[in-house]
Amino acid sequence: MAYTEEELKKELETKEYEYGFYTDIESETFPNGLNEEIVVAISKKKEEPEWMTEWRLESFRYWKEMVEPEWANVHYTKPDFQAISYYSAPNKKPKYNSLDEVDPELLSTFERLGISLDEQKKLAGVAMDIVMDSVSVATTFKKTLAEKGIIFCSISEAIKEHPELVKKYIGTVVPQKDNFYAALNSAVFSDGSFCYIPKGVRCPMELSTYFRINQAGTGQFERTLVIADEGSYVSYLEGCTAPSRDENQLHAAVVELIALDDAEIKYSTVQNWFPGDKSGKGGVYNFVTKRGICEKNAKISWTQVETGSAVTWKYPSCILKGDNSIGEFYSIAVTNNYQQADTGTKMIHLGKNTKSTIISKGISAGKSQNSYRGLVQVNSRAENARNFSQCDSLLMGNECGAHTFPYIETKNKTAQIEHEATTSKIGEDQIFYCNQRGIDTEKAIALIVNGFSKEVLNKLPMEFAVEAQKLLEISLEGSVG
Amino acid sequence: MLKIKDLHAKVEDKEILKGINLELNAGEVHAIMGPNGSGKSTLASVIAGKEEFEITKGGVFFENEDLEDTAPEERAHKGIFLSFQYPVEIPGVSVTNFMKTAINESRKARGMEDMPANEMLKLIREKSEMLDIDRKFLSRSLNEGFSGGEKKRNEIFQMAMLEPKLAILDETDSGLDIDALRIVANGVNKLRSKDNAVLVITHYQRLLEYIVPDFVHVLHDGKIVKSGDKALALELEEKGYDWLKQESAV
Repeated sequence: MAYTEEELKKELETKEYEYGFYTDIESETFPNGLNEEIVVAISKKKEEPEWMTEWRLESFRYWKEMVEPEWANVHYTKPDFQAISYYSAPNKKPKYNSLDEVDPELLSTFERLGISLDEQKKLAGVAMDIVMDSVSVATTFKKTLAEKGIIFCSISEAIKEHPELVKKYIGTVVPQKDNFYAALNSAVFSDGSFCYIPKGVRCPMELSTYFRINQAGTGQFERTLVIADEGSYVSYLEGCTAPSRDENQLHAAVVELIALDDAEIKYSTVQNWFPGDKSGKGGVYNFVTKRGICEKNAKISWTQVETGSAVTWKYPSCILKGDNSIGEFYSIAVTNNYQQADTGTKMIHLGKNTKSTIISKGISAGKSQNSYRGLVQVNSRAENARNFSQCDSLLMGNECGAHTFPYIETKNKTAQIEHEATTSKIGEDQIFYCNQRGIDTEKAIALIVNGFSKEVLNKLPMEFAVEAQKLLEISLEGSVG
Repeated sequence: MLKIKDLHAKVEDKEILKGINLELNAGEVHAIMGPNGSGKSTLASVIAGKEEFEITKGGVFFENEDLEDTAPEERAHKGIFLSFQYPVEIPGVSVTNFMKTAINESRKARGMEDMPANEMLKLIREKSEMLDIDRKFLSRSLNEGFSGGEKKRNEIFQMAMLEPKLAILDETDSGLDIDALRIVANGVNKLRSKDNAVLVITHYQRLLEYIVPDFVHVLHDGKIVKSGDKALALELEEKGYDWLKQESAV
């Protein structure tokens, strides 16, 4: 049947979240609420050294003095931070030497997510760290990496095994009191991934972390720290899902990237947290601070495909400290139903001849609101800084919104800054044209959206790009008006 | 192949087609001519199944099957092709990718596997050479920044790729210079066979010098007011449409 606007709407509403299952794994969960005792208890549970406990407590004290930010173009009921449990872990021993030791129920969870570890190992050559609820449960490929001197493990393990590295870099890019959620994360972060690439080493495979919130009423606070030493290269992937629940779940992560002289980090995210149901109930609040620092001639490239979460507040940024350093941000953000996203980037030009590129593609459907917010800042000493920004919005239907908030601050006359923005709508004429060539409406939307997002999809590693394309199709099936 | 019986159709309460009867057999080329606003493009859209037009009486039958409840993409799968008067742009989707999707969707509907890549390449090479299309053109975003002539040539290229049973050319000549017109017309002529039919919708006689029709019908105010052979087209060229308007008013 051909689609009328009404039929399309109906179909869109009935589109369900694919990853909404809950895995019944025994977990150990802390009581709800947050105070110094809980912070200490988390640290103890993780057998952390004293300096880490102190660091957490310091962060907690900052957090207590801070208020939740309200400047973003999103509206939601603020989480009750005392009604959340800050630690939940699959109730088995948290680290495994091989996959055989992993709870089979957990493994089947991963299979349902479409990530068979075995397959990942064999085919994709992706080393993967999986964080379920709060604890890192499987890191594959560790040995292969160790031969090159690459460290890839959970942050908890890194705190114990490589304290000198963690101590040196944690909080240097995103300070404890950077913002409300970062402070909270610094106090209670449960796990996350750590990665160190030694001088001159090119990481031979994609490193990947998979995050999943499973337990009800828990917050997930991962902390990721990636350090690329001089002249090294790494490509890092991150995927996220959560089961469908009525209440909102909180996710407040911090990611810090450090690219030393001549190093390059590519950080790709496919975020598919539960977006809430068709009436806007439930869904994940995704309040994330991601930032990287580039030393001389270094390069950091953020690529993100954001299709999930009820509310997204996220600005992967680059501090271009070193001369000739390069920052890139490629983003696709999709919102449907009642989702709200306020996302973008900050490019802070401090060094000379620094360059940044921003390509943002926002796709809004249903009653959703999609905002791009970006800052390009050129410091007085940043001679010959260059930025190019392009923000394109695609609308489906008449009830959604797309907004662009570009901020440009320049204190150096030699800066060259370009900003382009477009807004378009998927038209019935485009759909009919595709239909007439034998392409049904769903496929047509997928085709048009993929075309719109192509510049960004092209930046993703191959196997991830395929997944991202599928995800775009799922998130938008039938959504045109 | 195509039978149109007493077709009445409206858009937003405005009746545009007011009782059209037409029959096309395999191997035939029919031309529909008529002044602006006579319902030519509406007729093309109704045959292709565009949603906004509502059939109020009569119907369209393709290979003896009533098309009323057939979605546009299913009509395409059955072999109906419409060359659009105003082809739409789809940024970021290359001509090749678009064609690949279209062909494989039609194959899927017929229970066939995707076309193997080498076969697809061969087909693309063959058809683009036939229509004198530069291969670079095929990697460009569909219709984006195409000139009028390129858009129309691209429509005929798609037609060649899809090999429809019934091709409707809606004002394919508009916006074409004489060279482009000749290329497009040659392409259509090469695709003519005893198994397919072509319905050419045009305002001017010009295109019919290249694509010679077996029958010419004149549409005026939602009805076919006169039918004849290709001589009718020439007569119209000479006398204009007013002559028929007066005649039909009598």
